[in-house]
Amino acid sequence: MADGLPTEFDVVIIGTGLPESILAAACSRSGQRVLHIDSRSYYGGNWASFTFSGLLSWLKEYQQNSDIGDKSTATWQDLIHETEEAITLHRKDETIQHTEVFCYVRQDMDDNIEEIDDLQKNPSLVTSGTLSKLLDSACLSEEMHSLYGTSHGISAKEIPKNDGEILLEVTGIEESQVKEKYYGDKTCIHTFADGDKDENKPIVEDNTDLPKRNRITYSQLVKEGRKFNIDLVSKLLYSQGLLIDLLIKSNVSRYAEFKNVTRILTFREGKVEQVPCSRADVFNNKELTMVEKRMLMKFLTFCLDYEQHPDEYQDFTQCSFSEYLKTKKLTPNLQHFVLHSIAMTESSCTTIDGLKATKNFLQCLGRFGNTPFLFPLYGQGEIPQCFCRMCAVFGGIYCLRHKVQCLVVDKESGRCKAIIDHFGQRINAKYFIVEDSYLSEETCSNVQYKQISRAVLITDQSVLKTDSDQHISILIVPPAEPGMCAVRVTELCSSTMTCMKDTHLVHLTCSSSKTAREDLESVVKKLFTPYAETEIDREELTKPRLLWALYFNMRDSSGISRSSYSGLPSNVYVCSGPDCALGNEHAVKQAETLFQEIFPGEEFCPPPPNPEDIVFDGDDKQPEAPGTNNIIMAKLESSE
Amino acid sequence: MHGRLKVKTSEEQAEAKRLEREQKLKLYQSATQTVFQKRQAGELDESVLELTSQILGANPDFATLWNCRREVIQRLEAQKSPEELAALVKAELGFLESCLRVNPKSYGTWHHRCWLLGRLPEPNWTRELELCARFLEVDERNFHCWDYRRFVAAQAAVPPSEELAFTDSLITRNFSNYSSWHYRSCLLPQLHPQPDSGPQGRLPEDVLLKELELVQNAFFTDPNDQSAWFYHRWLLGRADPQDALRCLHVSRDEACLTVAFSRPLLVGPRTETLLLMVDESPLAVEWRTPHGRNRPSHVWICDLPTTSLNDQLPQHTFRVIWTTGDTQKECVLLKGHQEGWCRDSATDEQLFRCELSVEKSTVLQSELESCKELQELEPENKWCLLTIILLMRALDPLLYEKETLQYFQTLKAVDPMRAAYLDDLRSKFLLENSVLKMEYAEVRVLQLAHKDLTVLCHLEQLLLVTHLDLSNNRLQALPPALAALRCLEVLQVNDNAIESLDGVTNLPRLQELVLCNNRLQQPGALRPLASCPKLVLLNLQGNPLCQIVGTLEHLAELLPSVSSILT
Repeated sequence: MADGLPTEFDVVIIGTGLPESILAAACSRSGQRVLHIDSRSYYGGNWASFTFSGLLSWLKEYQQNSDIGDKSTATWQDLIHETEEAITLHRKDETIQHTEVFCYVRQDMDDNIEEIDDLQKNPSLVTSGTLSKLLDSACLSEEMHSLYGTSHGISAKEIPKNDGEILLEVTGIEESQVKEKYYGDKTCIHTFADGDKDENKPIVEDNTDLPKRNRITYSQLVKEGRKFNIDLVSKLLYSQGLLIDLLIKSNVSRYAEFKNVTRILTFREGKVEQVPCSRADVFNNKELTMVEKRMLMKFLTFCLDYEQHPDEYQDFTQCSFSEYLKTKKLTPNLQHFVLHSIAMTESSCTTIDGLKATKNFLQCLGRFGNTPFLFPLYGQGEIPQCFCRMCAVFGGIYCLRHKVQCLVVDKESGRCKAIIDHFGQRINAKYFIVEDSYLSEETCSNVQYKQISRAVLITDQSVLKTDSDQHISILIVPPAEPGMCAVRVTELCSSTMTCMKDTHLVHLTCSSSKTAREDLESVVKKLFTPYAETEIDREELTKPRLLWALYFNMRDSSGISRSSYSGLPSNVYVCSGPDCALGNEHAVKQAETLFQEIFPGEEFCPPPPNPEDIVFDGDDKQPEAPGTNNIIMAKLESSE
Repeated sequence: MHGRLKVKTSEEQAEAKRLEREQKLKLYQSATQTVFQKRQAGELDESVLELTSQILGANPDFATLWNCRREVIQRLEAQKSPEELAALVKAELGFLESCLRVNPKSYGTWHHRCWLLGRLPEPNWTRELELCARFLEVDERNFHCWDYRRFVAAQAAVPPSEELAFTDSLITRNFSNYSSWHYRSCLLPQLHPQPDSGPQGRLPEDVLLKELELVQNAFFTDPNDQSAWFYHRWLLGRADPQDALRCLHVSRDEACLTVAFSRPLLVGPRTETLLLMVDESPLAVEWRTPHGRNRPSHVWICDLPTTSLNDQLPQHTFRVIWTTGDTQKECVLLKGHQEGWCRDSATDEQLFRCELSVEKSTVLQSELESCKELQELEPENKWCLLTIILLMRALDPLLYEKETLQYFQTLKAVDPMRAAYLDDLRSKFLLENSVLKMEYAEVRVLQLAHKDLTVLCHLEQLLLVTHLDLSNNRLQALPPALAALRCLEVLQVNDNAIESLDGVTNLPRLQELVLCNNRLQQPGALRPLASCPKLVLLNLQGNPLCQIVGTLEHLAELLPSVSSILT
């Protein structure tokens, strides 16, 4: 693989998370020669999405992470000249901790568990990323033809997979039958031998007691595993947010499809209910009285341009937003809606911050639908890949499973001049962008990280059933006691292409105070009940049932300032991993700031030119030059 | 920097665009010309379809070309086999759809589709309904498509309940949708027909209450959205009043009969619209309007021959039959009496309450309460204020008079753009109230001084008034309709802003006219008064024309019969 790889670049980017990918696209678009590499076998780093089996492999990797020895350290020390010194990079990812898996459905070991689709030899395809294979190639020009020839307008979901069949390794799960528990960095897996009791009973297919509730077994989850696209970070796009603007401006949006979030839900007095937030919602709401409707609309309308009416809030700038809401003639349920589900703030937030958040929410309404949020089909993991694709279109080169051993620093200038990869190959560049999980302990010795608590649940029903089971909902569960964090729940339906039919994929997120399970389990218990095939309590019947659950903590490095890292040359730039916020504003801001720092005065991700505006210089003198792909693309598109 | 794309400059782009446009224009013009030539030469064949489709594909609003296509299709219908024709229609439908995608609001395209579907032996209406649903999905307020949908629904006999459910779904999505509300107002009476005796176009109470709740949801959510308020007004309104003869007046002195109708109408010279029976035998008469203009009018007059008025019989009966209105009225002139009349009492018939119905006063009362509740939350909402005024009028115009005037005050302050309209509306309501009070008092004297009136209306209701005081208002003219006041003897219009007197014409009994402190500029403005035979006293003090030298002489010449003119 390394044979064909050029050794001179303008920018080397290590890590394929969202900020790195945006930067890669921006640099490539402005004419830089970009090498974008990732030591992992999939795109996106902690921003990735996985199929069910992909997620299991990912879990296993974290289990085995410590085993990865220094086999390939090769002999890079010899490659460092006397005038140079090396900054080693991390070989082990430590951003994920406390993974715990719970399986509630029956695990029939007789079943020949394998994914229905052909599995690939190429492990990179375990990710949901469909472009992986294409982009994986270092040589792009020829392949890009066919890519653009076939995928006009539709994302290339149908790219044929390898024919090779591999049985999914389920050993990790089988072992778990022994109820092994690992703590710390180890994954611990719990199973519930729910099927024990009635294993001998024949299962009646047409269960009249529970006509609506399909039986789902573990083997089904695995078989249909490719229907899942499970995000490691759970985020949504604000319709008027920075990411949407960037996607549109740069034309990267053409590589992705989105669905509008359909419902904003809240949890109040032990019940899940829908929050009316748009004009149509308020109009259609059956719970609110006429006067409540008016008061809510009036308050929301005011928030849209609250700056114009300082007299309305001036006296309350010192109070909390929740105190302020009490003065606005809003009934307690309306206050709850505004505070937790619209402003999505903590009770302690100030009046101005609350108004600002409310305004932001409202401004996003109506651009694409009745809620302010979009969700990318096939998962959040698509977004970094879209930017990578843009980068590749303009000549960027991609290498996955490509480890970097060290950065090479010129002693005299103090600048980084090259990297040395795991083949011992030296690759030169002017600028280096590194995702922070690659930085060694030494570099990060002064850094204090926050943590994000995450849970991923597969459930059998929506938390709020309506006539349609195809809703995308966001639900904020306010903290049970003051001082704790609100938990953000996103529930995805199968039409988002993130889970199999008759299931929902639920993501829980909060900033950590303890381990993910400790932080989130209470909310999970409030909303769901464990899957059981037999008896069902009438009361419990109304709650959706848990089929499978995963808890983990993810490192949040978003607040770390560049100066906290020690010993990094000035031309090495650091991107952080995902933050805890709902939107992607931090990643976009970071990418744009770094880009402006590296290339002051260059436009950040300008729209690609219209095909007809591209000037062809006689007989092309530089047929291999990066960027010519775009001309081919342009030709193909205009001929369609 | 290497690898950077070379892109045309904006001037180059503009130039390229200009050339492209020029090219397009040339093609467009030559194709248009060819079509017109072929049409003139009668060559209505498929080539015309092809050419017009090129032009219409780019500009579907070219109505003449749609006409061309219709001519071609009609011609081809005669020549082609059924199979060929079916293929032609299919292609035409597809082409229409592509035109609609270019411009979903093109009159010509929708019309052509109607025309085409109307000619098909077996039109596929289901497909058409789906097409409408698709276009309304994109733009739920595309009224062209709504029109077409109503056409399709009528042709396909879609049950009104299904169509109502469709409007439900669109209102749920966005209730600012006149078309959708309007469609409801058409469908609901179809779904809930009233028994024959009941007033037409009204809804049963349970349906009405449900609709009121829906529309209240809308205006509590967004009180500034007009569409919901208009629907609200429809819900509470009533169907057009039935045609009626309101008043019949016969005068021996003037030897004429005057009739007032419930709506303005035109009575032609030899039409059978009106039949007059005098003592049960028909009498041919010439009808005219009081002001002498041959226009639709509430009031019509005819001269009677002396034989019909002689004193030999103890009484004469006069019966007027309004044939088209299917109604009649009779009045009696007794021996020794100068006049006779018969009229509907304004109080019985709720003459002035046309805006809103009173049949469900409990409903109106509760609507008034919700509107007042909303008004407390939204003190400056004009729609709410106006609706409150209308509801109050429907409930009891006299009881709420004072309150109504206060709401008018507020309404004018929040909606200064419509101050003049509101003044006129207020004048109308005040006039109605005064007429009601006069009716209750059973007098023929109408006191309208100091009411801040800006306009005079309902004058046809004042046929019998003998004394009218309009002093101290803001009137600028005495309109032609005033000529309907056939019994008027004294008219006081002091302290207004009168500039013209068009209406003070042909008033047979007018004796005294007081016009002090107005804005009459020229003696010529008084010319209409010459047609009032009994006018003896005219007071013009305080008008600009008094300043003109020789005014008095001029007036004496103009109005020789007026014995006393004060300037």
